[in-house]
Amino acid sequence: MKPNTIAIVGAAETTRLGVIPELSTLGLNVDCAMNALEDAGLKPKDIDGIATAGEHPWNVAASLGITPKWVDGTSVGGCSYFLHVRHAAAAIAAGYCDTVLVTHGESGRSQVAPPRYGANPANFLGQFEMPYGIAAPVTQFTVPVLRFLKDTGTTQEDLARVAVVQREWAAMNPRATLKAPITIDDVMNSPMIAYPFRKLMCCLVTDGGGALILTRADRGKDFPTKPVYIMGSGEAVENPTISMMADFTSSASFRVSGKAAFESAGIRHADVDHLMIYDAFAHVPLYGLEDLGFCKRGEAKDFLRERRSAPGGELPMNTNGGGLSYMHSGMYGMYALQESVRQMRGTAAAQVADAKISVCHGVGNMFSAAGTFVFTNEL
Amino acid sequence: MTILRTVLPQPTPETQHYWDGCAQSELRLQRCRACAQAYFPPRPVCPSCAARDIEIFAASGRATLHSYIINQRPRPDMGKDPHSIAVVLLEEGPKMMTNIIDCPQTPEALILDMPVEVVFIRQNDAITLPFFRPAQG
Repeated sequence: MKPNTIAIVGAAETTRLGVIPELSTLGLNVDCAMNALEDAGLKPKDIDGIATAGEHPWNVAASLGITPKWVDGTSVGGCSYFLHVRHAAAAIAAGYCDTVLVTHGESGRSQVAPPRYGANPANFLGQFEMPYGIAAPVTQFTVPVLRFLKDTGTTQEDLARVAVVQREWAAMNPRATLKAPITIDDVMNSPMIAYPFRKLMCCLVTDGGGALILTRADRGKDFPTKPVYIMGSGEAVENPTISMMADFTSSASFRVSGKAAFESAGIRHADVDHLMIYDAFAHVPLYGLEDLGFCKRGEAKDFLRERRSAPGGELPMNTNGGGLSYMHSGMYGMYALQESVRQMRGTAAAQVADAKISVCHGVGNMFSAAGTFVFTNEL
Repeated sequence: MTILRTVLPQPTPETQHYWDGCAQSELRLQRCRACAQAYFPPRPVCPSCAARDIEIFAASGRATLHSYIINQRPRPDMGKDPHSIAVVLLEEGPKMMTNIIDCPQTPEALILDMPVEVVFIRQNDAITLPFFRPAQG
C-alpha cells in the first residue's frame, strides 16, 4: 500500500485502567469505543467497519448499534489489533469501507465475562507441550531465553535492566500502574516465577481497553486531532508453539513483519524517533531490537546498557512504561499502538520532543505472530 | 521411575505413528525423501520443501539440553515441586519439549548443551510419554 494514504483519526483507552470490576470484557470494549468516537467527533452510525479480538466483532457491533459492511475478527494473540489496523487500511484502500473502529477490551485482572479458550489435547500444543506442564504464558514465552542469553552473551541482569528502564518511563506517566523507581537488584531479588524469570521481569495483569478509528488520509484534516498516518506496515506468523520456534535466539515472525514495515515505509532505522516493542516479558524487547534491525545480533543488551532507549537516549522505547509497568490486560498490543499515536499527536505523558516517526511492534502468542507499523505525523 | 500425567495427548491420524513408536520405546521422527530434512512434530508435508514423500524413522534418543525454565508454580496436576520445562535438540536436528528428569531441578544441575537421553514412561494403554535425563553413557 502507498505510504500515508490511511490515517488514524480517533484513539482512546478505557476511561480507567487497572482494576475495573464494574465492566465486563464487552463493557470495556464499549467504553473505549465510545471514548475513541468522542475523540474523533464521530457517532457509531459513522462507522462502517469493525474489528476486534477476544470479544466477538458482532457483540461490539450490536452494542454500538452498528451493522458494519466490513469486519475482521483475526485472532493471533496480543498483536491481533496490529493486524486489524493493517487489514482495515487495506480494506479502506480497496473501497470496502470508509471508517473503521478497532476495539480491544480485556478483563485480565478481574476476569469479568472473559472469552473462554478451551484446551485441545489433539493440536500441536495439546499433544507435544501440555503433557510437560506448560500453563500460563510465563511457562511458554520464557522457554527460549536461556538459549538467547548464552548465545548472545546477555545476562539475567540485562533482562532486569529492561524492567528498570521501563519503570523510569512509567514514572513520568500518571496512568501507569507501577511508577516507583526500581533497581537491577530489586528485580533480581523479586520472587522467582519461572527460572530465570523473576516477578519484575513479567508483565502486569490488569483490566482495560483501547480503540482506534481509521479512515482515508485525505479526510484526516476533518477531525479534531492531529492525524497519524500509516507510513508502512508488516505482519507474519511463525510457530504455533514455543518449541516449534525455528531459532530460539531470533523470531522469524519479527523479522518478516519488521522488514515489510520498513520497506513499505521506505525509511531507515536512523529515521526512527520513537519505538514501541510489546513487552510481555523482559526478553521480548531484546529480541525485537535485534530482529527489527535496530541492533546487530547480540547487541540489544548493549543498547540497553548504554541507555540508548532510556529517557534522554537517542531512541526512546516503550515510553508508556510498557506491559511491565504501564498495564497489561493479556493482549497488550492495543496499548503499544495507543502510545505511538499519542507520541505522534504530541500528547504523550513522556512526550519525545519533535518525534516525527514512530515504529510500533507487537507480538502474538509465544513469538507466534507479529505486527509492525511505521507511523508518522507528517505528509 | 514412575511419572503419571493426567493431561495427556490425543493422537490424530497424522501423529499416530509417533505415539505408537513411544509405546514401543522408539522415538519416531519424519524425514523428507526429497530433501532429507528430518522434522518434528509430525506433519504430512515437508516443512522445508513441501514434498509429500515422507518416511518415518527411529531417532537415536540422544539430544542436548537446548533451553529450559524451572517453573516455580507448577500446574495443579504437576505436583508441588518446581520442575523443568525444557526443549532438547535431538541429534537428528529437530527440537522437542520435554521435562528433564532424574536430576535436581536446579540451574546448577541443568547445564545448557549437556547431553541428555530419552526415557519412555508408560501412561496408559494408548499413551507413553518421552522424557529426557542426563546421558548415562
